[in-house]
Amino acid sequence: MYQSFQEIIDKEKSTGSLFWEIVRDNDCTEMDLTKEEAFLRMQAMYEAMKSADASYDASLSSASGLVGGDGERIAVARRAGNLLCGSFLGLVMEKAVKMGESNACMKRIVAAPTAGSCGVVPAVFLSLEEEKGYSTEQMVKALYVSAGIGGIIAQRASISGAAGGCQAEIGAASAMAAGGAAFLLGCDGETIAHAAALAMKNLLGLACDPVAGLVEVPCVKRNVIGAVNALTSADLANAGVRSKIPPDQVFDAMRSIGKALPEEIKETGKGGLAATPTGLAFKESIKGF
Amino acid sequence: MLYSSAIYCKLFLRGFLPIFPNPAMPIIPYYKRRDKNMNSFDIIGPVMVGPSSSHTAGAVKIGIISRKLLGSPVRKAHVFFHGSFLATGKGHGTDKALVAGLLGFSVDDQRIPDSFRYADEAGMEYRLSGIDLGDVHPNSVKLLLYGDDDRHIEVVAASVGGGAIRITELDGLPANFSGDYPTLVVNNLDQPGHVTEISSMLGHKSINIATMQLYRSSKGGKAVIVLECDQEVPADAVRWLSRLEGILKVTYLGLSDGDNA
Ligand code: SF4
Repeated sequence: MYQSFQEIIDKEKSTGSLFWEIVRDNDCTEMDLTKEEAFLRMQAMYEAMKSADASYDASLSSASGLVGGDGERIAVARRAGNLLCGSFLGLVMEKAVKMGESNACMKRIVAAPTAGSCGVVPAVFLSLEEEKGYSTEQMVKALYVSAGIGGIIAQRASISGAAGGCQAEIGAASAMAAGGAAFLLGCDGETIAHAAALAMKNLLGLACDPVAGLVEVPCVKRNVIGAVNALTSADLANAGVRSKIPPDQVFDAMRSIGKALPEEIKETGKGGLAATPTGLAFKESIKGF
Repeated sequence: MLYSSAIYCKLFLRGFLPIFPNPAMPIIPYYKRRDKNMNSFDIIGPVMVGPSSSHTAGAVKIGIISRKLLGSPVRKAHVFFHGSFLATGKGHGTDKALVAGLLGFSVDDQRIPDSFRYADEAGMEYRLSGIDLGDVHPNSVKLLLYGDDDRHIEVVAASVGGGAIRITELDGLPANFSGDYPTLVVNNLDQPGHVTEISSMLGHKSINIATMQLYRSSKGGKAVIVLECDQEVPADAVRWLSRLEGILKVTYLGLSDGDNA
């Protein structure tokens, strides 16, 4: 995979290929696939996200009992017109929470890039498809853009909460979704990179502090901020707003912040929300077999 | 910026500086290197049953690989969870995931949350408990498995992140393999000649050895040879090996689905 946005942007300029084609062609070489096979594999991922969204079950609750049913609460409020954010952002919020809950309740999801952050990309993508009527082909291409961005982050920084804090999961997912949304808006590689960078800058330094070590609190609801932040970042970039720190340097900063974060807030369940009295009480109540 | 040569050396070793700062030849710092080249499906994917790639998907995979190592359907299983698996396993469904893997379910099988019921239906007895395995990976588990025809196996495995696993102990002897390659595990008496026998047999079958590990309990005692191969090892070759003098047991882990005898 590519290690910098600059490489992809340069290639886009020199070959005339689009961002998503450059990422896909790299897969074809790495995995020995034809262009069609590679495209179909990514399409299968998109279809899996769709069916995960459709199979949300509001009656389920997670093993700890901390998570379940909130997606339906948002849906009810949205249908009643009770959301300040309006119907479209309401849909995004709803889908983000639903996917996070499905994950916590042992339903089938697509890690993107991780299971904890699995709601961000589908919330943005599925809502945009419903709202704007993009073709499946467009959506799959956009998913390739997201994959390319995730690849850059994985190599420049990290996509694991244990290694880089939650900026590496919800933050990375948000940057990936922002770039994908920018692509759908018709942006070139440079603008896509700025959308991703703007999204990441807002989430730099986010703690990974899951209560009782479970991918439930705060993970599920953080998918909302990841998704909404992706949309605002894509809009900013598409409007011509630029990250004053070049995108590749933003992700280098993410790496150094990830290293500097204390272990307590890197998925150890020892700090942050996990270490609150309530967090600790939950931990006591569910351990052992 | 100018660095003294000692500092430059340190920075270089840590990957922060290229040794020849020549822009035409980009040098990739070590932290950016990966064992395996990543592809888009390491980022978007896997499709899996939640909630955690390490505590759920990884546990399913440990179950699948252990079942394959047993070489028959599991009739009885005693599972001991260690560390983080013990502390947070219940909340992550690690118990259900492991049982699902022992039943041969894949990581995206929607039956995983109900695996206990499927185990009862299949007549698979299982017992789950906690253990302290000492200084091992925090996501570790020990399994005692019993199958058909008196087959039994003891496995210690760890879920090392992102759904990847390592088998760290087999039948009481250390090991270190991922189950991503066709793997041959040969328990033998620690005496000269076995490595040659095995490698010449594999060479004869045009099978390339990717990695090879040797362990022994004591000099002249029991030993184990673990070989990760690039191609599948045919069943007749496995049988041939198991009949050789001094070979106590041969376990083969193929990549294909189903049970490998
Ligand atoms: S808090 Fe930690 S476990 Fe939860 S989504 Fe963020 S990185 Fe993942």
